[in-house]
Amino acid sequence: MDGAAANAVEADVRLEHVTKRFGEDVVAVDDISLTIERGRFFALLGPSGCGKTTTLRMIGGFDQPTGGTVYLGERDVTGLPPYRRDVNTVFQSYALFPHLSIYENVAFGLRRRGVRGDELKRRVGEAMELVGIGSMAARKSRQLSGGQQQRVALARALVNRPRVLLLDEPLGALDLKLRKQLQLELKRVQHEVGITFVHVTHDQEEAMTMADTIAVMNEGRIEQLDAPAELYERPRTAFVAGFLGVSNLLQGTVSGDGVVRLDAGGEVRAAPGSLAGRSGRVAVGVRPEKVRLGAGEANAIEGAIAEVAYIGVSNQYIVNTLAGPLTVYVQNADPGARPAAAGDPVTLSWSPEATFVVESTKEAEK
Amino acid sequence: MRHHLLTAYGVLALGYLMLPVGVVVVFSFNDPVGKFNYTWKGFTLDNWAHPTGAPGIGEAVTTSLEIAAIVTVVATLLGTLIAMALVRYGFRGRGLTNFLIFMPISTPEIVFGASLLTLFLNFGVQLGFWTIVIAHIAFDISFVVVTVKARLVGFDRSLEEAAADLYATPFASFRRVTLPLIAPAVLAGGLLAFALSIDDFVITFFTAGIEQTFPVWVWGAVRIGVPPQVNVIGTIIFAVAVGLMLANTLWQRRREQAAMAATGAAATDW
Ligand SMILES: Nc1ncnc2c1ncn2[C@@H]1O[C@H](COP(=O)(O)OP(=O)(O)O)[C@@H](O)[C@H]1O
Ligand SMILES: [Mg+2]
Repeated sequence: MDGAAANAVEADVRLEHVTKRFGEDVVAVDDISLTIERGRFFALLGPSGCGKTTTLRMIGGFDQPTGGTVYLGERDVTGLPPYRRDVNTVFQSYALFPHLSIYENVAFGLRRRGVRGDELKRRVGEAMELVGIGSMAARKSRQLSGGQQQRVALARALVNRPRVLLLDEPLGALDLKLRKQLQLELKRVQHEVGITFVHVTHDQEEAMTMADTIAVMNEGRIEQLDAPAELYERPRTAFVAGFLGVSNLLQGTVSGDGVVRLDAGGEVRAAPGSLAGRSGRVAVGVRPEKVRLGAGEANAIEGAIAEVAYIGVSNQYIVNTLAGPLTVYVQNADPGARPAAAGDPVTLSWSPEATFVVESTKEAEK
Repeated sequence: MRHHLLTAYGVLALGYLMLPVGVVVVFSFNDPVGKFNYTWKGFTLDNWAHPTGAPGIGEAVTTSLEIAAIVTVVATLLGTLIAMALVRYGFRGRGLTNFLIFMPISTPEIVFGASLLTLFLNFGVQLGFWTIVIAHIAFDISFVVVTVKARLVGFDRSLEEAAADLYATPFASFRRVTLPLIAPAVLAGGLLAFALSIDDFVITFFTAGIEQTFPVWVWGAVRIGVPPQVNVIGTIIFAVAVGLMLANTLWQRRREQAAMAATGAAATDW
C-alpha cells in the first residue's frame, strides 16, 4: 500500500516525511509518509501517546509539522491555517459552542462561507436528519447527552461536505453500548456521504469494525498500514501482532527458504514469502484459534496443558512447551466433547499458511 | 444560638455600612434652612424636582458622565485586549506586564495622582478634561484586565479551534465565539470602570486643573455649604450602580441555572 498502489485512485490526504517535534526531546511524529485514498474509512490506531492526535492535527492545520509536507488532494497545504483547509474535525471533547443553539452550531461553517437563506436551512436540516437529531434544532448544546452531542459535532462537520473528515477518538467518552451503536452508525453515515474519514482510536476492535484501512502507530511511526484482515493474519512486526489480538511468538533463526529453526528445537515452516527477506534472528507467530490440539498440520510442537478456561463459545488453553507457554483457542463445536484437562500431554500443530514472521522480540534477546 | 449571634452580627455590620447611605438618601428629601444640609427641617420633593438647582452642579455632573463614558469604552477595550494577550501569548516581558498591571490597584491613589501630575507638568501638558480621562483610563484598565483575565483562564481553547476548523478567520472566531463567551466578564469590567471613574476624587483632583467633575465640585461646595442636590445626585449614582450590578449578577445566575437545569434534563440518553 505505497504510493505506487494508489496511482489509479485519487489521494485525498498525502503525508510525505512528516515529523513533529515538541521542544528538543519530544518527537511526537517521526517521519511519517502515507497516502489515504478518496472515500476510505481510514483508522489511525495505536496506544495512548503514540502520536495519533498530533498526526490528525497536522492534517487539520492545528499543528504545523517541523518537517515534511502535507497534501490535501494535489494541493500542498503545509503552513495553511485550519480555516483555509477543506477539512473538518470532530473533536474528542466535541467542542460544541455552548452559547449557540444546535441549529446555529451546525450552521456555523456554512455561514462563514456565505451560505444563506433557503440553502442554509435545507443543508442544516439534511445534516441533522442524517445523524438523527432532526428534532433538536432549538436546543442548546448543554441540554444534550454525550451521544447527542457527538451527533451534533458530526453534523456540524459533515454539513460542510469537506474533502476529508477527521475524527479524534469521537466515541471515547461514551459507554460501551452506545459506543457499539454509534460505531455502526458512523460507518453507515460514511457510506452514505462517501467522504474520506480519518478516524483516530486506541481501540483495536473499534478500528477493525469500522475502518477499511488501518495504520498501526507506535512511538511516532507507522508500524504497518493494511486492511484489517491483513493486519490480523499477517502482522509484520511483533508490536502489531501483540496490539491486534493475541498471538503466540516463538523465537528462532532463519535456516532456509520459509523455514525457521526454533531455539527450543525443531523447525517451523512459514507461509511462502512471509519471511520477506528476513534472515538471522526472527520470531514466528501463530494466532491461538489457528492452533490445533493434536497432530496433523505441518508445524508441530509437544507440550502439556497448564490451564483450561471455559469461555462458552470456546475453550482457552495455556499449553507449556519448550518454546514457552502458548495460548490455544478451541471452538466448542461438538456438544458431547470433553475438554482436555490440565496436565494432559498434547501435540500442538498448525499450518504454514497460519504462520507469520516478525522481528525477534527483545525479551528473548536477553 | 450561634446562628442567632451570627445573624445579629450580620445585621449590625450591614447597618453600619448602610447608615451613611441611608442618611444621604433621607437628607435628599430635606428642606434645609441656610447653606448646610445637616439638620432635618422638613420634607420636600423640591430637590428631586430640580436636581441641578445648585449653581455649577449640572456642568460638573455632565463632565463626570462624559469622562466616565469615554474612560469606560477605552479601558474596557484595551483591558480586554491586554487580558487576551497576557493569557494567550507567551512573550518576553509577560511576567513584568502582569506585575505592572497590578501596580495601579495596589498603589495608593494619592501617590498615583501625584505621579501623574508630575508627569503632566514635566511634559507641559495642559491640565483639564483630557488629563482626567488619561488618568482614569490608566487605573481603570487594570481592573478590567483582572476581571477579564479570570474568565479567560478557564476558557476552553478547543472552541476556538473548532471555529477555525469551521472556516472562521481569527477575527470571526473572536467575534462569534470568544467574545460572546467572555461577555459577562467584559461587562462586569466595564461597569467597574464606569463606577470607579464616576466616583474618583483623589486622582482626579491632582489631574483636573480648573475642570470640575462631580466629586471635585462637592469637595469645593463643602467649604461654603452643601446643597441637598448633592444628596439627590449621590442617591441616583448609588441606585444606578447597585441596579447595574444586580442586573449583571441576576443575568449570570440565570445563565448558570439554565445550564444546571439542562444537565439534569439530559440524563436520559439514546
Ligand atoms: N503540545 C504539546 N507539547 C508537548 N508535547 C506534546 C504536545 N502534544 C503532544 N505531545 C506529546 O507528543 C506525543 C504524542 O501525543 P499525541 O499525538 O497526543 O498522542 P495520541 O493521540 O496517540 O495519544 C506524546 O508523548 C505527547 O506527550
Ligand atoms: Mg489522542
